[in-house]
Amino acid sequence: MSLTSKLQEVLVCLRAGRVTLPYPAQSAPLPPRFRGRPIFDASKCIGCGGCASNCPAREILVYDVCQEIRILKYLGRRCTYCGRCADVCPEKAITMSHEFETATGTIGDIQQRLDLFMSTCQRCGRCFTEPSKLEELKLKGYRYDDLENERWIFRSQAYLEGQPVVDDIEIELD
Amino acid sequence: MLKSLCQKMFGRSLWVYHANSGGCNGCDIEVLNALTPYYDAERFGIRLVGSPRHADVMLCQGPAMRSTAKALQRAYEAMPAPKLVFAIGSCACGGGIWHDTYSVIGPLEKLLPVNYYVPGCPPRPEAIIYGVAVALGLVEKKSAPVQFKQMEYPVPRYHPQDLKEQDGIVVYEKLDTV
Ligand code: SF4
Ligand code: SF4
Ligand code: SF4
Repeated sequence: MSLTSKLQEVLVCLRAGRVTLPYPAQSAPLPPRFRGRPIFDASKCIGCGGCASNCPAREILVYDVCQEIRILKYLGRRCTYCGRCADVCPEKAITMSHEFETATGTIGDIQQRLDLFMSTCQRCGRCFTEPSKLEELKLKGYRYDDLENERWIFRSQAYLEGQPVVDDIEIELD
Repeated sequence: MLKSLCQKMFGRSLWVYHANSGGCNGCDIEVLNALTPYYDAERFGIRLVGSPRHADVMLCQGPAMRSTAKALQRAYEAMPAPKLVFAIGSCACGGGIWHDTYSVIGPLEKLLPVNYYVPGCPPRPEAIIYGVAVALGLVEKKSAPVQFKQMEYPVPRYHPQDLKEQDGIVVYEKLDTV
């Protein structure tokens, strides 16, 4: 630690100037391709469930109240902001916004819930399927995810095979 | 109430202990990024300490995992009260993308009482500083739950007042007005 090295350090510091960002008073511009929180547009959503089927974090829950009403619940808590839901959405109802200031004291604050009206056949009263590319995205059958406890319920397979329904994997803390 | 308590107890400086219970290290790097001169969390008196015994706040990354659950709980117990727990990242907030694998118990709140959540995978350093600023009462939180209803349900069978019964069979009738 000679005096010259100290002086050199002072010079380096002076040359660098002040770099600290005065956040939260002022924030740096975001990169244009930054992906923040997905925002759902209820007026565009057709309720196909493609986002729910493709979300890697299984973050979007679907609950079919009855034939005409489907509830879509985006939890927000384990979303990785991957943008896959926005990518598969055929109606472009999901936009990856630039919102990242989502810190909160209550985790329920970041959820979005959509109550969707599903069209039915005027004759038979059932929801009809269209032979199109949408078919791949659609959820098969009805889903009864647990909206209260915020978890998927995998019951479709057991239901088809006539087995007793096992609700979900419950992992105990040992 | 929590906020006023925070302002009173943690008004001067927060010493944070940084615990990773099994995340992918992405959030760790962002937390350390928030302490660099560019973001300079020390403006708020935030300082990283090496032991939970010196800390006011535990910044937790990673979900509640079976293998680290006990260690995390012991670290929490070692912190002097009053103490805050921040869940940083989607893993700590909701169990993350691997929330249903065999070794993951779930979100951090299954093990520890979590006071503040900073979602993101990983959250930007700004988002972490924002979370701390929310806790300190410097800024208001921006998020609120959203609920959309697409339209009034035009199907009469779900308006119970319109249902009629005939010989034990429910009769559905199309309404004139929708
Ligand atoms: S951004 Fe990714 S993790 Fe988040 S809801 Fe969409 S698909 Fe799921
Ligand atoms: S993929 Fe798009 S249209 Fe289909 S349910 Fe999701 S948000 Fe709605
Ligand atoms: S939230 Fe994302 S970045 Fe953070 S530890 Fe989990 S997987 Fe890694």
